[in-house]
Amino acid sequence: MDQTIILLTTLGMSVVTYLPRALPMLFLPDRHVSPVVKTWLKLVPVAILTALLVPSLILVDERISLRWDNLFLWAAVPTAYIAWRTRSLLITLLFGMGIVALARLFIPL
Amino acid sequence: MIDDTQRENKIRNNTWYAGIIAAIPIVIGYLPIGFAFGVIANKANISIANILGMSLLVYAGSSQLIAVGMIAAEGTPMGVVFTTFIVNLRHLLMSAALSPYLKNWRKSRLALFAFQLTDESFALHSARFSSGRIQVADAFTINVTAHFAWMMGSLLGAIAGHLVRDIKPWALDYTLPALFIALLVVQINSKVELLVALIAGLSSLILRSSGYLGWNIITAAVIAATIGLGIELWTKRSSS
Repeated sequence: MDQTIILLTTLGMSVVTYLPRALPMLFLPDRHVSPVVKTWLKLVPVAILTALLVPSLILVDERISLRWDNLFLWAAVPTAYIAWRTRSLLITLLFGMGIVALARLFIPL
Repeated sequence: MIDDTQRENKIRNNTWYAGIIAAIPIVIGYLPIGFAFGVIANKANISIANILGMSLLVYAGSSQLIAVGMIAAEGTPMGVVFTTFIVNLRHLLMSAALSPYLKNWRKSRLALFAFQLTDESFALHSARFSSGRIQVADAFTINVTAHFAWMMGSLLGAIAGHLVRDIKPWALDYTLPALFIALLVVQINSKVELLVALIAGLSSLILRSSGYLGWNIITAAVIAATIGLGIELWTKRSSS
């Protein structure tokens, strides 16, 4: 693709990405949202987060892997424990990276 | 035990950099992923200006990687734009989920804030907002810091990609999963939420491995949140 066409494609991408990001925020708060919708919306963050996370832990090359050599999956267990104990994003992040780096260093996969 | 909320309150007094500190975990995640994007985009013969432009204007990691893959494979511009639309449609739910906390914000402010809504900034904002931390300045500082890190990562990848062979030894490919684990753990506070998480994770996995890539996240989230709502309404009715 020509660089000018790539730029135009980028502009198109930015429009179709921006609208879903902005429209609910801009037009939902005005009206009175019913308690049922509010309860539903409160459950959405947890639902989206796990929907994003679980495939990244369990799929290896787009296939389900629960084998012992699926490092991302098994590293998630102590990482979740550290998150629960410390409630700190940074500590959990560094701990998770440390576990994965150490496992790669010492366990030949 | 001292958590992020308390830690932040300690440094809160007249600090403009509280938002930057809060964004550090996202920065650690975005630098290497942005770098990887820059490397791949550079290999697909996209100019540095266009790489930076995409990270500035689109600012959505997975869709940018998919777009670059399609451009490299001689995909059509319309195909790239349409795929981007499908992949990024999930932000609709995130924007809706944050909206109850943003009732008092001006439209112009919301329009600006929405531009930098990503999976990661959404996850951080929803954790902060639900624990009562809804400062406008912090929310914007977090967004700008994260976006800056994404652009810097992309730029470095585009100009220095050939210098780094592999990000795996540093576990930099585990930054986003680890960050999501942490953000998830602090947001699950009830049995219903735990159940919603299990259903969402399982359905997302099943949908994606049966080929519904792109749709899996939004579909799984809607299914899980709706089942969770049903349970909440049912338990409320039976207890009253």
